[in-house]
Amino acid sequence: MSDRIIAGVRDIGHRVIEMVWRLGYASRFFLLILAKSGTSFQRFGLVIREAYFAGVQSLIIIIVSGLFVGMVLGLQGYETLQKYGSESATGILVALSLVRELGPVVAALLFASRAGSAITAEIGLMKTTEQLSAMEMMAVDPIARVVAPRFWAGVFSMPLLAALFSVMGIFGGHLIAVVVIGIDEGSFWSQMQSAVDFRYDILNGFIKTCVFGVAVTAIAVFEGYDAPPTAAGVSGATTRTVVTSSLVILGLDFILTAFMFRGMS
Amino acid sequence: MAALPNTQRVAPSFGSMKSENLIEINDLNFAYDTRAILKGINMTMPRGKVIAIMGGSGSGKTTLLRLIGGTIIPSSGSVRLEGQTVHELDRESLFRLRRKMSMLFQFGALFTDLSVFDNVAFQMREHTDLPESMIRDLVLMKLHSVGLRGAHHLMPSQLSGGMARRVALARSIALDPVLCMYDEPFTGLDPISLSVIASLIRRLTDALGMTSIIVTHDVQSSLQMVDYIYFIADGVVAAQGTPAEVRNSVTPFVHQFVHGEEDGPVPFHYPADTYANDLRLGSNLV
Repeated sequence: MSDRIIAGVRDIGHRVIEMVWRLGYASRFFLLILAKSGTSFQRFGLVIREAYFAGVQSLIIIIVSGLFVGMVLGLQGYETLQKYGSESATGILVALSLVRELGPVVAALLFASRAGSAITAEIGLMKTTEQLSAMEMMAVDPIARVVAPRFWAGVFSMPLLAALFSVMGIFGGHLIAVVVIGIDEGSFWSQMQSAVDFRYDILNGFIKTCVFGVAVTAIAVFEGYDAPPTAAGVSGATTRTVVTSSLVILGLDFILTAFMFRGMS
Repeated sequence: MAALPNTQRVAPSFGSMKSENLIEINDLNFAYDTRAILKGINMTMPRGKVIAIMGGSGSGKTTLLRLIGGTIIPSSGSVRLEGQTVHELDRESLFRLRRKMSMLFQFGALFTDLSVFDNVAFQMREHTDLPESMIRDLVLMKLHSVGLRGAHHLMPSQLSGGMARRVALARSIALDPVLCMYDEPFTGLDPISLSVIASLIRRLTDALGMTSIIVTHDVQSSLQMVDYIYFIADGVVAAQGTPAEVRNSVTPFVHQFVHGEEDGPVPFHYPADTYANDLRLGSNLV
């Protein structure tokens, strides 16, 4: 019995040590990416090329999701606000929800599923098929040539995608609230304009998207680079990217929101 | 000529071969954690020759290539390439040295997001300031030398295994290296592709004056094209010699390997308790 308890404690200890070790390894890897980012900026074409795969090819999912999220917000907002006779504030509700929270968070979750998983799988497969080793043997650093451009492409794409998500959401909200339900268009836009503050709402939302962009892409490139070079290893790494990114996005969102909007009206 | 078992025969004479060595490996040891893979390897590899390294699966052949390339560090001993001790170089010096060497990986390791042309041009674009028009000419010349000039626009996914290996070969000679290493270059190829690759390695080695090291299991193809062969078993050089010496060898290990015999110094059966005991047949049945 006592042997079992000792084995159990040892197992937990082993896992914790493994986790801490991996976190340390990931942090060093992140610093290495930053240190070797020179190539990405000297040859910005590499970043643009990856931004096409990570960003442009995520456009459809971002646009469609943004539109539907905005439409749902329009419906739900109107449904609740009309009980208090303030249905003209639907525009404010849609815009603030999107710019402060749903835009950054949902766009980041979608980005992690669509682009993050693709980045992990691509780098993992490059490792499995010895492309990274081949690069290393050609005296080309894979972190500088493969990892860093993908990292910066993700970091630059994420705020743009989140902005597009919010814009599409507001358009969806407008479609439902004004075109379908018939709220006055003038008050929809003017109330939104007066209630949304650039620094307080939009800038804070932008900061969130930048943080999420760094987190999601760093996780994606790390998991790909660290994936065991087998089919099961790459599939496991891809799953871990989506799961870890999602949890990190939600956790960071809470922390950032607590700092940004604490005690403010 | 009598052959050849030994680990002490350090410097092969290679007949009339030029004596200057490109690579000198001295008492090289390597272990993964506590598992020893190489246990005191000594080898010399002269310039301009094709040298084969043979041995069973897991005998440490690929590990040896990685030690020469400096992607892993030996537990003790050294690999000296052009007089430089590989594992003592800092990253910048190592990368400078690697520009003089190349490696053909088992399945080519072509960059799947780049076309055949861009794969061959990769190193030229990374390491030189050559104008694009000159890179174009050089790439087409390299592809012509492996017979695939007409395939320059294809993507790696559109190539057969043999073609991919030839493109990888063209890529590996892109910057005219002094050393080219081939990790199982014949694996999974049909007889025609295999013979094409083998003759290309020989021809390109002679034409470019480089040194080639081939890690392979393919005894018959190798005996026809290499200048010298090292056999590795149990982490040491078990035998070495020219193809003629290897063919006539009476050393049990070499004989078993060259003739593909299923039992010999490398046993057919994995170590186990007696068959009778395992089948619980009693002590009277052995």
